[in-house]
Formats: sequence, structure tokens, C-alpha cells
Amino acid sequence: MSASTLFGMCAALLIGAGAYGLIVNAHPLRKILAFNVIGSGVFLLFGAIAHRGAAAGLGGDPVPQALLITGIVVAFSATALAVALLLRLFAASGSVSLADTPPNTPVSADGPAGE
Amino acid sequence: MTAADTTTPGGLLLAGAVLVPFIGVLTGMVLGGRNVERIALATLVVGLAISIGVADAAIQSGATVVYLLGGWAPPLGIALRADGLSVVMMLAVAVVICGIGIYARADFGMPNGTSEARAPYAFWLLLLAVWGALNLVFVSGDLFTLYVALELLTFAGVPLVCLDGRAETLRAALRYLLFALFGSLLYLLGAVLLYGAYGTLDIALLGATVHPGGVALAALALMTVGLLAKTALFPLHIWLPPAHAGAPAAASAVLSALVVKGSWFLVIRLWMDAMPGAVTLPSAQLLGALGAAAIFVGNVVALRQARLKLLIAYSTIAQIGYLFLMFPIVVGLDRAHLDSGAAMSGGMLQAISHATAKAAMFMAAGLVYKVLGHDRIADLRGVAGVLPMTVVAFALGGASLIGLPPSGGFFAKWLLLSAALATAQWWWAVTMLVGGLLTSMYVFIVVVRAMAPADAGWAPASSVPRYQQWAVLGLALCSFVLGLAALLPVDIVQIGRSGVLP
Repeated sequence: MSASTLFGMCAALLIGAGAYGLIVNAHPLRKILAFNVIGSGVFLLFGAIAHRGAAAGLGGDPVPQALLITGIVVAFSATALAVALLLRLFAASGSVSLADTPPNTPVSADGPAGE
Repeated sequence: MTAADTTTPGGLLLAGAVLVPFIGVLTGMVLGGRNVERIALATLVVGLAISIGVADAAIQSGATVVYLLGGWAPPLGIALRADGLSVVMMLAVAVVICGIGIYARADFGMPNGTSEARAPYAFWLLLLAVWGALNLVFVSGDLFTLYVALELLTFAGVPLVCLDGRAETLRAALRYLLFALFGSLLYLLGAVLLYGAYGTLDIALLGATVHPGGVALAALALMTVGLLAKTALFPLHIWLPPAHAGAPAAASAVLSALVVKGSWFLVIRLWMDAMPGAVTLPSAQLLGALGAAAIFVGNVVALRQARLKLLIAYSTIAQIGYLFLMFPIVVGLDRAHLDSGAAMSGGMLQAISHATAKAAMFMAAGLVYKVLGHDRIADLRGVAGVLPMTVVAFALGGASLIGLPPSGGFFAKWLLLSAALATAQWWWAVTMLVGGLLTSMYVFIVVVRAMAPADAGWAPASSVPRYQQWAVLGLALCSFVLGLAALLPVDIVQIGRSGVLP
């Protein structure tokens, strides 16, 4: 098994585990972490593709590496935005549940549709 | 779309269409205070002029407008391209954003006595950011730039949901963000697979080389599902109603009319331009079936809503379904070697008339809320006396959603219906007609309730500036007269797209 194939399989494993985590975990922080696991898998796959597609004498195809950096920055900003929202939600409601009516918060008489 | 490798006249306008809104965001962010609104309004004018300039360049030359960044041609460089699809979407977005900008001056002006309030500051910057991101989606020529554009659109759209900072809206925003992030990762994974198989991400180059096979199908499936999660097509729609209905009216209009169109537009780019070789008729039928399910579920649930803004949000889910009916119809025409241009124009027209109508309806609901202090549909009586123009605007927008002539919705559904019948796919025609019937039910319920005379002694909770009513009515009129686009001498949608047909 070549190195590219091995890394590709690891990437598939990470993406699968992350997708499972994102779907089954109810806690938003765990969902955010699972999102990052999937992201790592995608980036690893891109690295493996760069390695496989390299021209003779080069360590890797430079285009995916350039795109990877951008992808990592985007994933980092997304994580920061999600965590910031989560913190504000906790400050506003004292709970981080994504359910429509969390058991420990009083439901306002207006419901979710007011302005 | 052909792989033109030179910058065409007017090409620099494409870079301007993307850069000007972001320059507005950055200067607004630095200067702050009351300057934010002024900069935003100035940017709206410049941006509208640029969009008109791009349309003019495309119509004059009758070909795709191209701009090569730094003069480097793909596959080494990155190209911005505006074909007919991009041009009509850019124009529509510019008009809707300007309408929303005028409306929002009343809701998001800096309050007297304060130098800077958080919600207005965020709103104007995010409005410009949404615009820049949408323009980037429309003109990007390669799949990775499109990924970045999609993420920009998400990052600009999510905070619009929770401008008022209440717990319910924060929860809706976080849910929306999680759906959107999962969608973007699926999209990125598909793009990575395509790069691994074909060594390029340029749409025109991919369109010429992609052939049916495992990799192309897997990539197409991953990217499509990711984009559907962002577009909120049934059954991935559950994040939409709380997010769109909970936001302030102007923000709801941006989200419902424009933001969901970005990822939908990308599905068209993928299916029609990047991978026409990998698309199969059964997969297009599946997409159409999801659209049909969205039309039924969205409309029926909308009928059961007690609140106006939730009703409009569920109607958005149904209208998104219409947008996906064009896929089986267009692919069916292509497979039968018939001209799919009219069906394509129908799909785009549906998107534009929904964008204008839905922005008008959400903003009308915002005015109703202001006047009544609530938006319970059962208690709307008296509104028509105070806000006659707004109720007319809601009815005109509703007529466009139903598809009454001469509205844009009528002409769009007419084009799609006749194309569906031409390919013997009568079931899509039935879906559209039944959907229109359901839509007319809830539009009539709202309008009839609003026309009822007010109780004696009732007074409006607050007054509404006249220019807000004009902005709403203007957008609704745009949607209502869009059907007259049939009389235009050139079909703008078809510019630069003759190379797509086999």
C-alpha cells in the first residue's frame, strides 16, 4: 500500500467518524468539534492528492497546498464564529441546548416568531 | 460557456462588483458610527451602477464577460466570468438590495443621542458583505473560489439571523450555521475529489473533460447534498423557518430572498456547466421529486401557521421547491436534443420573481408588525386602512408566487410548464398547478383578513414612514411586471451559453 493510499484511507476514516459525531451528538460544542474532525479529514485527503499528483522530482503538487491553507483559515473562522454564537447563547439563556424549548428555560409567551 | 482566455471589454467591472461591497464593509467598519449607514447607501448606488454596467457589456457584446485575475489564464490563473445567468442574477440582487437598503433606513438608522448602536452597525456591514459574497458566487469561474464565496455568504448571513441577540434567534443562528458548515465541508470534499481526478477546478475546463464514472458521481452527489443543506431544500429545510422568521424584517428579506439563491445558483453551475457529462436523468428526477415534496410540505405547513412571518418563511420552503423543478425539465430537454434555453430562462425568472416578491412580503410583514404590535394572522383586521400600499404590495407579491399574469411567477411557470409537457413529464406540470392553488389559499387568507375593517376605537401601535411603504410596493411591482420580460428583444439568460448544448 502506497503512502498516498494509506493517507487517503485515514482521511476517509476521519470524515466518516466526524460525520457520525456531527449527527448523533446533541451538544453543540461536540458538533463543532466533529465539524473540525471532518475538516481535518478533507484537508488530509487534499494533502494525499497533492502528494500523488506531484510532478517528477517534486514533493507535492503546490496548488492543493495553496488551497489547503485557505481552507484551514476558513474552517478556523467558522469554528470561531460557531463558538462565539454558542457563548452568546449560553449567556442569554443559561443553556446551550439546540432544542426548540429547552427543559430548563422559561418559554416566552411570544414564541419564536416575534421581532 | 467557452474557455475564453482573454479579458473582455468591461471585464474589470466584474472585479469591481465583488470588491466595491467589501471596500464598503472595510471602510464602514473603520469609520463606524453614523458613517456606516452613509457608506452603505453610497455603496448601494455604486454597486447598482456596476451591475448595470456588467449587463450592458454582456448585451453589447452578446458574449460572456471575462476577467482574468492578474492576466493569468486558467488552469494556472483564476477567471471571473459573467454569462447570461450571472448577469440576470447580479441585476436582480442589486435591485433587491437597494430596495431593502431604502426600507432598512427606518429600522436601522442610528438612534438619536447615541454615536453607535450595535444592531445598525452590524446590519449595514452584513448587508454589503452578503452582496459582495453573492456577486462572487455569480462571477466565479472555479470551484474553489466558489467555496470561499459560499463561506463568505454563510458568515455574512448567520449573524443577520441574531441581530437582536435574543436566545431563540441565537439558537436559530447556531442551527443554521451547523447545517451550513456541514454543507460546505461536503462541497469541499467533492471539489477535492474532482481536483484529484481531473487536475483542475476551473468550471469551463471541467465541463469539457468530466466523464461519467465513480469519482464524478461521488463528487456530484457530495457537492449537491452539501448545497441542498445550505439552500434548505426539503428534507434539509428544518433550520430555515426559525432563522428566517425570527430575524428583523429587513434581515429576513435578505436571507429569504437572496442568501438561499446563492447555493441554488451553485447547483445550476455544477449540473449544467461543470459536470453536464456526469448528470443522469434519474438523478435530475430525484432532485425534481425533492422539489415537489418541498412544494407540498412547505405550502401545507404554511397554511397551518398562526403568525405571518412564519407563514412567509414556510412559503419560502415551497418556492425553493419550484427552483429545483427546472433540473429534470432542462436535463430531459437536453437528453432529447431539444433546446432547453426557454426552460432555463423559466428557472431563472422564477428565482428573480421570488427574490423580489419575497423581499417585499417579508418587509410588508415587518410594517404590519410595527402597526399592530404583533403578526397574528387571525387579528390582522384594520391593517389595510392604515397601510393600503403595503397590503397591495403583499397581494402583488402573493400574485407573483401564485403565478397570476402578468407577474414574473406566471411567465416563469408558463415556460417551465410548456417545457415539462414538451418532454412528456406531465407530473411536474401537475405539481406546479397544485402548488399554485395551495399558495393562493394562504395569500387570500392573509389579504382578506387584512382588508377587514378595524374595531371601533382601535389605533395603530406606531406609524410607518411613507418611503418604507414605497420601497415595499416598488419591489412587489418589480415582481409583478417581470412577466413583461417576455417582450424583451434579447433573452439575456442565453448570453454566452450556446456552447453548453451538445
